[in-house]
Amino acid sequence: MRKTFGEKIFVAFDMFVVGVLCLVCLYPFLYAIFVSFSDPNELARVSGFVYKTAGFSLDAYKNVLHNYQIMNGYKNTLFIVVTGVLLEFIMTVPTAYVLSRKNVLWRNGIMMFIVLTMYFSGGMIPTYLVIRNYGLYDSLWSLTLPVMLNAYNMIIVRTYMSGIHDSLSESAMLDGANHLQIMWKLFIPLSKPALAVLVLYSGVGHWNGWFRAFLYIGKASKYPLQLVLRNLLIQGSELSMLNNVSTADHDFVLATLKQASVIVSTLPILFIYPLLQKYLVGGIMIGSIKE
Amino acid sequence: MQTKYRKFTKDNIKKDFRRNKLLYLMILPAIVFYILFAYVPMIGNVMGFIDFVPGIGFKGFFAGDWMGFKYLRDFMGNIFFYRLLRNTVLISLYNLIFGFPAPILLAIFLSEIPFKGYKRVAQTITYLPHFVSTVVICGLIVNFSLSTGLFSDISAMFGGPRISFLQDAKYFRTIYVASGIWQSIGWSSIIFLSAITGIDNTLYEAAVIDGSNKLQQIMHVTIPGISSTIIIMFILQIGQMMNVGAEKIMLLYNPSIYDTSDVISTYVYRKGIVEMNWSFSAAVDLFNKVINFILLISANAISRRVGETSLM
Repeated sequence: MRKTFGEKIFVAFDMFVVGVLCLVCLYPFLYAIFVSFSDPNELARVSGFVYKTAGFSLDAYKNVLHNYQIMNGYKNTLFIVVTGVLLEFIMTVPTAYVLSRKNVLWRNGIMMFIVLTMYFSGGMIPTYLVIRNYGLYDSLWSLTLPVMLNAYNMIIVRTYMSGIHDSLSESAMLDGANHLQIMWKLFIPLSKPALAVLVLYSGVGHWNGWFRAFLYIGKASKYPLQLVLRNLLIQGSELSMLNNVSTADHDFVLATLKQASVIVSTLPILFIYPLLQKYLVGGIMIGSIKE
Repeated sequence: MQTKYRKFTKDNIKKDFRRNKLLYLMILPAIVFYILFAYVPMIGNVMGFIDFVPGIGFKGFFAGDWMGFKYLRDFMGNIFFYRLLRNTVLISLYNLIFGFPAPILLAIFLSEIPFKGYKRVAQTITYLPHFVSTVVICGLIVNFSLSTGLFSDISAMFGGPRISFLQDAKYFRTIYVASGIWQSIGWSSIIFLSAITGIDNTLYEAAVIDGSNKLQQIMHVTIPGISSTIIIMFILQIGQMMNVGAEKIMLLYNPSIYDTSDVISTYVYRKGIVEMNWSFSAAVDLFNKVINFILLISANAISRRVGETSLM
């Protein structure tokens, strides 16, 4: 079908608007890249709108990679992500499996017991005091144990498992397999797309989280990366990065350091971004089918 | 093949337990988890009515004097009550007015792009901010808001002043809501885009034969085609009206702009964790939580009813 003149105009306008939006979405990250690779002395001459690197220097990255607080934050965050994802996987899969079985008398009761917590939870203050009472304050476990089961993610996995045909588990039962074996050998391999959603949501959440650490971690040596970043980017604390810098260049050296740490902390997300896009778009759909 | 247990008779409970022992064992950790990390804090909410006594462990939740609704009345009579309520509701309202239509528009725009590659690249780019940490995004916002920053450049381009936007109370809501749209527009468009993909193509063909142009097709085919999704998402967002989290606001605000930026959750944080007014802040939080609960339950009930009549 030939396109009319009006349609061509419409498509051009449409693509232009979407293109502009893409630039707006991308610019802050380009800004971070440009500034982080800039030479602080040159950067002093450019004001707010940065559209290319001003000079070129890798000093900011060298500084960031040698900075104790940032590297220690990285280490803490890696620990949190690995333990957090493992714990959530170990907790979620059996729960989702049991709740996807049909002939369990207490199933709906247990489901209600879980769903209620999605509607009404302990407030920030009682939760804080309870976690302190468990002795988790200042421990990295305070960032993973209290969130090792997420009802929303669990429901995604459960919905997916409910869609696996009954005849499979029934015939495995007849062959003498028990539920643990069926879950392990049949349902985990068959639920890969939903489990990918679980692992990715959990991993990205733990990587990006800062607020729980802000509440529960007092010791600077246990700060996760995002909390270190928050202190650097927003509180303007300088993390003893600027030892031999004259005050005149100070602001611009700090600016390159900030953006280099933005890039260094966001890089892992960019690396797994193709996976995120592939699986999580599907996850939205699984999640919206039921509940 | 297997009998299904529906009724809680004595016989059924016994049989079910014998048959499903392993299943119950498998779900036991989850139940323990929910008791420890969801129900214990939930019961802890009573501290809004009983004076919390620190330093004596869990007994502290019940050891103090019964205060009833005193803290709630204190909060309602507080000079900040109106400001907190106004800020919380206004931020939600602006989010609803500007943030809700944005991803719908984007989904329509994306669906009308005839070039697959362009569309895919646009999706990839617009989803990206959703995955970047709030700290990084707020760090960039703080940077752009300086008087030497990007926003001042743009303002100067249009003859406006160069100012520190985050030091001026009147810009906070705009910055908060606009950056929120920026973060979520792409990701939120997915559900609408998939609804558009589900529209029967023959409807468009019929519209073309009837001589309608693109705009008319969007108005009369696309939007009615996704109206049930729009309605459900709208109701669900209304259910979140009173739920403005502290996480992002705390990264952006400062005492000089509390007038427009302080919301209930940030106030609870300061009164509770910082000033250790344990029971008062818990009461404020509980007030917010109860309103949230009512909104959420009603929104879900309504969306289920709408969903049944219009989606199926």
